[in-house]
Order: sequence, then C-alpha cells, then structure tokens
Amino acid sequence: MRRLAAVMVGVTVAVGTLIAQDHGYTPADIENGARLYQSACSGCHGPAGGEIPGVELARGQFRRGTSDTDLIAIIKTGIPGTAMPPHAVSDQEAAQVVAYLRNMTVVRTGIGTAVLRGVGDPARGRTLFEGKGQCTTCHRVYGRGPRLAPDLTEVGLTRPLPELRDALLDPSATMRPGNRPFSVVTTDGRTVSGRLLNQDSFSIQMLDSSERLVSVQKRNVREQGFISTSPMPSYRDTLTVEEVDDLVGYLVSLKGFNP
Amino acid sequence: MACALVFASAAGTLAHAQVSFERILRADQEPQNWLTYSGNLSGWRYSPLAQITPANVRNLELQWVFQTRAPAEANEKFEATPLVVDGVMYTVLPPNHLVALDAATGRMFWIYSAVISPLARVCCGRVNRGVAILGDTLFMATIDGHLIAIDAKNGRPIWDKALVDPALGYSFTLSPLVVKDKVIVGPSGGEYGIRGFVAAFDAATGAEVWRFNTIPAPGEPGHETWTDAEQTAWKTGGGPAWVTGSYDPQLNLTYWGTGNPGPDWNGDPRPGDNLYTDSVIALDADTGWLKWHYQFTPHDEFDYDATQVPVLVDMPWQGQPRKLMLWANRNGFWYVLDRTSGQFLQGKPFTKVTWATGFDEHGRPRRALAPTQEGTLVYPNNQGATNWYSPSYSPRTGLFYVPSWMDTFSRYFKVPVEYTPGSQYVGRFPTMSFPALRPPAGAINQRLPEDGYGAIQAFDPKTGERKWEFKMVDVTDSGVLSTASDLVFAGGREGYFHALDARTGEPLWRASVGGPVSAGPISYAVDGRQYVAIAAGSVLFVYALRQ
Repeated sequence: MRRLAAVMVGVTVAVGTLIAQDHGYTPADIENGARLYQSACSGCHGPAGGEIPGVELARGQFRRGTSDTDLIAIIKTGIPGTAMPPHAVSDQEAAQVVAYLRNMTVVRTGIGTAVLRGVGDPARGRTLFEGKGQCTTCHRVYGRGPRLAPDLTEVGLTRPLPELRDALLDPSATMRPGNRPFSVVTTDGRTVSGRLLNQDSFSIQMLDSSERLVSVQKRNVREQGFISTSPMPSYRDTLTVEEVDDLVGYLVSLKGFNP
Repeated sequence: MACALVFASAAGTLAHAQVSFERILRADQEPQNWLTYSGNLSGWRYSPLAQITPANVRNLELQWVFQTRAPAEANEKFEATPLVVDGVMYTVLPPNHLVALDAATGRMFWIYSAVISPLARVCCGRVNRGVAILGDTLFMATIDGHLIAIDAKNGRPIWDKALVDPALGYSFTLSPLVVKDKVIVGPSGGEYGIRGFVAAFDAATGAEVWRFNTIPAPGEPGHETWTDAEQTAWKTGGGPAWVTGSYDPQLNLTYWGTGNPGPDWNGDPRPGDNLYTDSVIALDADTGWLKWHYQFTPHDEFDYDATQVPVLVDMPWQGQPRKLMLWANRNGFWYVLDRTSGQFLQGKPFTKVTWATGFDEHGRPRRALAPTQEGTLVYPNNQGATNWYSPSYSPRTGLFYVPSWMDTFSRYFKVPVEYTPGSQYVGRFPTMSFPALRPPAGAINQRLPEDGYGAIQAFDPKTGERKWEFKMVDVTDSGVLSTASDLVFAGGREGYFHALDARTGEPLWRASVGGPVSAGPISYAVDGRQYVAIAAGSVLFVYALRQ
C-alpha cells in the first residue's frame, strides 16, 4: 500500500505525459493501470469493475463514452451530477487505467500472458492493411503506396494508441488538422484537390491528387477550403473487433525507417 | 474507397513524369530544368536557355528571394546549387535543411531538416552543395556522414544510411552524383587524417554497390607511393572527394577529383607521391574499378586539392576529334587531358605560379618549392588559384570559364605534426592575405593591389589562349554559369552578381546581393519564362526579365 500511495503522489506531477501515448499499451502500462485502479477506482467500482449498476468496466460496458479518449476524459474530469469524481491524474496515468480496463478480464483471470487489448497481431494486421482494409489505396508505408493520405511509416511513434483505434472507427472525428483534405476551384473552373502543404496571402502550395507539387495564385482561385469529413471510411461495421485490434497492432508497430 | 471518390474530383492531370536517368543523360533536351549539380553530367554548368540575352539582360530584375531559416553561423555558407524539376526547386540551406520551393515564386512546399550529430566536425564550413534526384527521390549527404533518400513529393525520408564516423572528421558536403541506378558520393575531411573514398549506393535501398579507396592499402595498386618505413601513413592519408564528379556514358566512366594528402603542410610523415591524392580518377561506373588516374600535384604540401568539377568536352585536338577533359586546378595550372586514357595533353598556368616550373614529357610537374621551417613564399596561395567553385563550358563559344584567385601567395611553414583521432591533422596554417573562409563583415581597406585579386577568366582549349579576364577587387568563391545566349553569370565576395558577355567578358548587368557569393548560379524556366538563381550570404536570389 505504501507503494501504491507513492504512485498516486506521482500522478499529480505532470511529467512524461506523452510517453505512454507514443508507444501504445505496454505490459507496464497495464500493470501501472492496475495499481492505479486498485487504489483509486476499486472502492466504488469494485475489484472486478461491476459494482456500479449498469457499468461493467471489465466488459467494456459504460454509461458514457466508449473510446479510449472518452474514457481518459471521464477519468480526469469526472461526470458532473454523478458519484464519478474528477481525478488529478495525467493523461498518461488515465491512459494506463484505460489500458488496464481494456485488459481487466485477462489480467484478473490470469490466463496466459496478457493479450494487450487494442494491440492485436501485427502480422495479421498487415494482411488486413494491405487486403481487406484496402488501406494501401490511399496510405503510404515505408515508401510504398500513394502520398495523398497521411504517410503511416512512423504512425506508431507519433499517434497514441487510443487515437489510432478511434481513427479507424470514426475517422472524421479524429482527423488531425494537417491531414484534412483540401480543395480549390480556380477561376477557370479547374478543381485541384489534395493535401495543403503551405499557403500565404497570395498563393497556395499543394500536393494534388496526381501527386504533383502545385502552386496556385489565390487571385486565380474562386473557392478554397478544407473538407471536414475524412475520405477514410469507418471500419466499425466492416471489421470485427479483433480485426481492428490487429490493424492497430500493425499500426503501432510502424516506427519509422530508423526505429 | 471514399478517399478515391474525393480525390477523383481533381482535374484529370497525368501523374507526373519521374526523373529517370535517361532524362538526366539528356538534360540538354529539357533546358527548363536543372537536373544535376552541374546542369549536365559533363560538368558544363551551361544552360541551353536563351530568353535572357546580351541585348535585354539589363532588364533583369529580382523576382523572389528565399532566406535561410536562421542567421547562418559564420561557417554556414549557403553553397548549394538548386535542382529544378518541372517547376519545383530543391535546394539545401546550411547545413542540411532541404526545401522544395515553387520555382516561380519561392513559396515553400515542404522542408526536411536532417538531425545533425553534435559530433560532426568540418574544417571549412558547415555547408552542403545540393542534392541529386532520381525518380521521385532526392539524395542528400550530410555533414555528419549520412546519405539520406528523401521523397521529393513530401520531404519524408525513405532511407538513411550512416556511412562514416563524424567523430573522426568524416563528413559529406557535396551534391551526390546519380549514375544509372546508383548514387555516388565521397567524403570531405582531408584536414582530419581521414582515408578518402568514392562509393556508389543503390538508389532504391542505400546498399553499397562499390567503393574505391582513394588511399590504397598495402597490396593495392598505388600503395607503393606511400613509402614511410612504418607503413602507417596511408591510414591517415586524406584524399577526400569534396565535390561532385562527372560521367561519360559512352566510356561508362565516372570522373572524380580528390583532395590533399594528410597532413596538409608537412609531407615528411608521408614520403612518396601519395596516390591518389590531388588526382583525377576515372572509375568504371558499374564496378568502381580504376581505369586511369592523373595526379596533378604529387606529394602535395600546399593544400592543392584537385576538388574541381571535371569538365568533359568533345573537340578536335591537333586536328583529330578527341574526348577531352578540361581542368583548372587549385595548383594554378589548367589542363587538357584525354579522358579515354588519362593522357596529359597540356598544362598552362592561369595565374602566377611558382611552386612548379612546368611539366616533364609525361605531364609530371617540375616542383620547385617546399615548406620550410622559416617559411617559403609560394604562388598561388593556400586557398588556391581556384577551388570547389564550378567552372563552366559553353559549346557555343567553345570557351572554358574559370573563377580565379589571381596572383595570390602564401608563406608555408614546416612544423612537426601528429595525428590525434578526430582532430585536425594539418601542420601550421600558412599566411594568406585573403581569409580562407567567409570574410568578416566590414569594408576591405587593408589589402594591397599586390596581394592579388579575383577574376573570371575565359580560355580557348584549342589554342590554350586566354580570351578575356573580368577583374574584381576581391576574390571570388562563385561558380560560373554560361548560357546559350552567350551570357556568363558569376559573383564574388564583394557581394555583386554579374552578367558578362560570354565572348568578350564585357560586364552587361549586375545586382548587389549584399553578401559574398559562395555558390554556383543556375538557370531554368517555368511557363516559358527564364530565371537565373544564385545564393549569396544567407539568401537565394532569383532573377528574370521585367514583364
């Protein structure tokens, strides 16, 4: 208990927030999440996560929110008007609690080594990425594939795991600003779509849909703007939960050319 | 799937043609582009564009400038030659920030900044002379010894190979040379007791294909020119590459100049001719095997690197058509060689030269001077009669244009020198009336006329005659560009960028660029409009005719 208290003191110090996010769930995340859960959550939710009516933490049954990002926010801010209080924890600590919740059953039953929920098999994930998921239609990895959608070569380093999972389920909600598709219509009626690279008061630089570096003068532009919906389809209905896990497992494994 | 729908709304433009090696070989057929360091693989730095002419050049005006991201350190000279590919310019801000710009406006598409090791050490500037391209991939060699392949569309690295140990003084400052499917580089660092090489890497993977060591090990041909009793001098023998080579597709030979032996100014630890330092080497482009070599300065003790761009021309020589190589060397002589065999055909001084009195019948210089304890006065000076700054050749005028340091001298001292890994291995720095690197801010008011001056000179290789000289009060670290409209562009340390008549040297136009020019000019066109680009100080300047 002394050790748990020490962990709880530590969580009020805002250090290393991004570390866990950058690497997804690790066994250490789950282990720390378990300790945090025991000290801060189990009093109300119970050791198995089923003490609050209508909530089964171990089975992913929540009253509000489903994504990792939702859960992290709820842990930190609480739910006003309910018994769920805010917690003075960092994003990293909250994410570790979520990591534990996602793996609660496995950890508690002690069957084998923890299967990191949310991190499936990278090899199966790659097969899905290049096959059923049709991800290579738009995405580039390790120098192969189109350049229009975000290059995913380093995505395992640059995006937290919960965000990757959410992006597969609800692409438009989690689209980063720099990844939004951009389109201009010129005064002579030509449409140029692609990725916005740069702009100033007079001109726009894009990678167009033919992968040309294009510079357009704004005086020749009739309309311009971001497209707020992601061109990427949601995989909520087309992939199983396990397949999404595998896909996330593959994405997490993408650590760039010089990992 | 949805992705395809959104982007399908774009105009039906064809995917852009990649830069095949065939395109680079025939660069003269697309004069709007600048596809390799010297404009073509023959090392000409010649533009077939002719919109800007001697008659209208006075109407040149500034179109855009591009500034390096931060005030450059004193040793971060902006030496890069840009590439231009179908309206997109790629250039490198010192030390290794690669940018893609709209070549008509200077607006940036992307920037890629290599993370440079703090162990990187360079004698003479944290600089880069540009990138090479093949397909949709750019190749940048860094001052901490990496060769990096970068996606030309988005600036993302594709592969990154650490080739040499920067802590031992190895670095890369050159623009790589693409030949066929290979990327060829060689290290800088001749002031650190490195062992130089020229090596080729697979453009797709970065895997090494061949390597030619410019300092032969025991048992290798040429090692007999390292005659120290201990047989250790070769290990720190120098022979860096510094500057991009050339390529002859008919002979399938790639030509590279090599730098000085180490230590620079005391040859006692390295008796012998010290092959293949201060030489031109002709290598089979597929295997790296040495076809021939010519050593300009055997057993050099004056820092006369042969790190100039080899200029390849086909012209009659004494009545017979011949494949020639023109070479104005740091040692003050300009040479005509047969590039099939390496045969020495002619060597003439292009400035005051006292270190040698001429050549024997094999083209070996007759050396007259050596450093001494009390100091020896030698012409040309330590920085050389020319250096890494590109010469130019115009097939229209048939003239060879050379950026020159005229009548400069140094006093060379011989002092004991020991090798310590990672430290400079040189000896005592010679006296010079011109600073070797970028001059400090301020007016030049202490130099005497007899200290020398700067010039652009034009030579006729057929006759050996000097056709003209354009004089500048200060020296020049600028390359030279010639064009199909018989213009020559060059700058100098004074901070001017000049247009000269290529046939007479008459100055026709100049712009004040406010800082020393330490790079080679290029010309290109976008939408039918010809531009001329030059880096000076920390800024890239781009000019075109007033509209």
